[in-house]
Amino acid sequence: MSISERRSPGRRGPARVVAALLTVPVLLGACAGAGDLGSSGDRTRLTVAIVANPQMEDAMTLSSQFRAANPDIDPVFVSLPENEARAKITASVATGGSEYDIVMISNYETQMWAENGWLVNLQPYIDDNPEYDDADFIPTIRESLSYEGDMYSVPFYGESSFLVYREDLFEEAGLTMPEQPTWTEIAEFASVLDDPANGRSGICLRGLAGWGENLAPLGTVIHTFGGRWFDEEWNAALDSPETAAAVQFYVDLVREHGQPGAATSGYTDCLTRYSQGQTAMWYDATAMVSAVEDPSESLVAGQSGYAPAPVQETDGAGWLYSWSLSIPETSEHKDEAWRFIQWVTDKDYQRLVGEELGWSRVPPGARLSTYEIPEYAEVAGAFAEPTLRALASGDESNPTTLPIPYEGIQFVRIPEFQDLGTRVGQQISAAVAGSVTVEEALEQSQRYAETVGQTYQG
Amino acid sequence: MNASTELTSRPRPAESRSGAPAGRRKQTGAQRAGGIALTTLTWVLGLAFFFPVLWMALTGFKSEAEAYSDPPTLFFVPTLEQYRSVFDRGVLPYLLNSVWATLISAILVIVLATPAAYALSIKPVKRTQDVLFFFISTKMLPVAAVIVPLYVAAQQLSLADNIWTLVVLYTAMNLPIAVWMMRSFFMEVPKEMLEAARVDGATLPQMLRQVLMPVVLPGVAATALICLIFSWNEFFFAVNLTAARAATVPVFLVGFITSEGLYWAQLSAAATLASLPVILAGWAAQKQLVRGLSMGAVK
Repeated sequence: MSISERRSPGRRGPARVVAALLTVPVLLGACAGAGDLGSSGDRTRLTVAIVANPQMEDAMTLSSQFRAANPDIDPVFVSLPENEARAKITASVATGGSEYDIVMISNYETQMWAENGWLVNLQPYIDDNPEYDDADFIPTIRESLSYEGDMYSVPFYGESSFLVYREDLFEEAGLTMPEQPTWTEIAEFASVLDDPANGRSGICLRGLAGWGENLAPLGTVIHTFGGRWFDEEWNAALDSPETAAAVQFYVDLVREHGQPGAATSGYTDCLTRYSQGQTAMWYDATAMVSAVEDPSESLVAGQSGYAPAPVQETDGAGWLYSWSLSIPETSEHKDEAWRFIQWVTDKDYQRLVGEELGWSRVPPGARLSTYEIPEYAEVAGAFAEPTLRALASGDESNPTTLPIPYEGIQFVRIPEFQDLGTRVGQQISAAVAGSVTVEEALEQSQRYAETVGQTYQG
Repeated sequence: MNASTELTSRPRPAESRSGAPAGRRKQTGAQRAGGIALTTLTWVLGLAFFFPVLWMALTGFKSEAEAYSDPPTLFFVPTLEQYRSVFDRGVLPYLLNSVWATLISAILVIVLATPAAYALSIKPVKRTQDVLFFFISTKMLPVAAVIVPLYVAAQQLSLADNIWTLVVLYTAMNLPIAVWMMRSFFMEVPKEMLEAARVDGATLPQMLRQVLMPVVLPGVAATALICLIFSWNEFFFAVNLTAARAATVPVFLVGFITSEGLYWAQLSAAATLASLPVILAGWAAQKQLVRGLSMGAVK
């Protein structure tokens, strides 16, 4: 528009306005592609929706190598935080939108979406490439990403949960971490190591509301205490004595010996606190190790021990989670999408990350062979074995002592759980803050869960 | 404490208003003390409001470890590393998309709002109040309530991940505010001036362009800037309706927020970069803006 004005400085009257208005569409037409993020020419453009995390950052950096080896394919990444990514990907896949050729989802979604027919069965692709070696995936992860025996998404990285603790503080206090700690023992340790005068809490546990926040660690505590979300008949069981005991224990522990302001503190806050030496123990995702053991980020690198997820009534309690890649049925470039997925989840990619960016940055928890790489074992000595053990022991079908109608450890694999979990998480967070009692929080949560359970009873 | 001194000293100058020079000097002394107190308070408030922005700008020049150290690092060796990685991640296409959606929608808003504001102020149409209420009522529905229909509509019309979808939405989003703002500016224009122009034989377009526009230009500039800021910072539509092609700067920014790693320094660098265009636009239009904003306020 400005061009036409400049060209006709002396013109007056409506003609100028008309000329200016006419110029707009012309310019718009010319620049329609101006904002197009990376034009692809005659190459196949793959839109890849991912969750922003350090390992995917690395994959974005290394994708130039994929482009070099596959000049006909141009992957373009859409990177969003977990909540936004999940909402967008779900909306797109569920409404048959075709924006994405590859989506990053987890073991929560994979089986449900496969059942709905929203995802491409990847097993034929896997079987066509024997060197891809899907038997190398950690079996529990492989199983949780399979529907009727076929994989519908392949793991990029996997995680479980364990307990990290400061070995130096334990030694100072004359404490020994058992091979398999119980929650009762952990509560005792926390009371000994709690030192508010020196700005150090006994333990850090998530209190921030959300099904992916406080309900992840709490979910494992509920199950290991023998509690459950629903009984075999889909009756809500959040007011059962076992669940009540578990929640009461969690809330008491974090209120008495946990971090200050726990009700609003999530994974990132606990990571900062632990890295800065402000807490003696922390129970959370195994993915924490890359930050905890990185001397440039953490003041306590090299001072930590790792114990399996604490138990109470069950033998194991660690959760199971995997960020994995899949192809929506609506993608128009399924074969090309598979080529990218194969590249980024292959054994060679692990080596590539190690050689190019450093062995501590290899995405963990997806392949067994990762743990056999000598260079990786060298940097991951302190946590490789506990991570692998935690992952291998995750049992999504039997997480508790009682029979359950659902699958999942830190979640219930039903579509309603995102909403239910967040509502219950808010109640728990309020209990951690002290604005409601645990009984009140569970009473309300039970009502939410009853509504959900009823839809499965009919 | 200074403020209370100012308050208690206020009656005294009033008593001696009758005109003794000593009294006047006293008055200026008290006023000066009050003035200093007010200036200090203004500075403190100004700095308090500006501090988060300053901290963001500073953090952008730190390393990641310095960015989240506790206690905060005040002295550090500045690095451009974070800005480099922001550019490496390809901020430019996002910036282009933002500029595009913001500018085009602001132009459309001004083009559409000017005649509407004219018809609601200088030459009021019938039921002006109802029309005004209708305009503002379109802002009453929470955007979250319409996002699913919008998303499905965009899908069906093949307009998902298209920058024009954002242009249309931003225009619609800002139009009611612009009409209201510009109407209040137009109301300020003395009717006599326009009548005089009409007596001199000016046609409507001439009158609009040569008489009305120069008078209300600061108001138009203020309106345009507000529209620019709103569209530039808009996140909800952008994150839900775009993917790889049409994503704007706010969508790029959230990519730095991760659940498993800290990128505070990079996020700060990117956020500083993202706020620069708006700050520059505000700076350039400063004079117009202050005049424009006070124009609507003083009625």
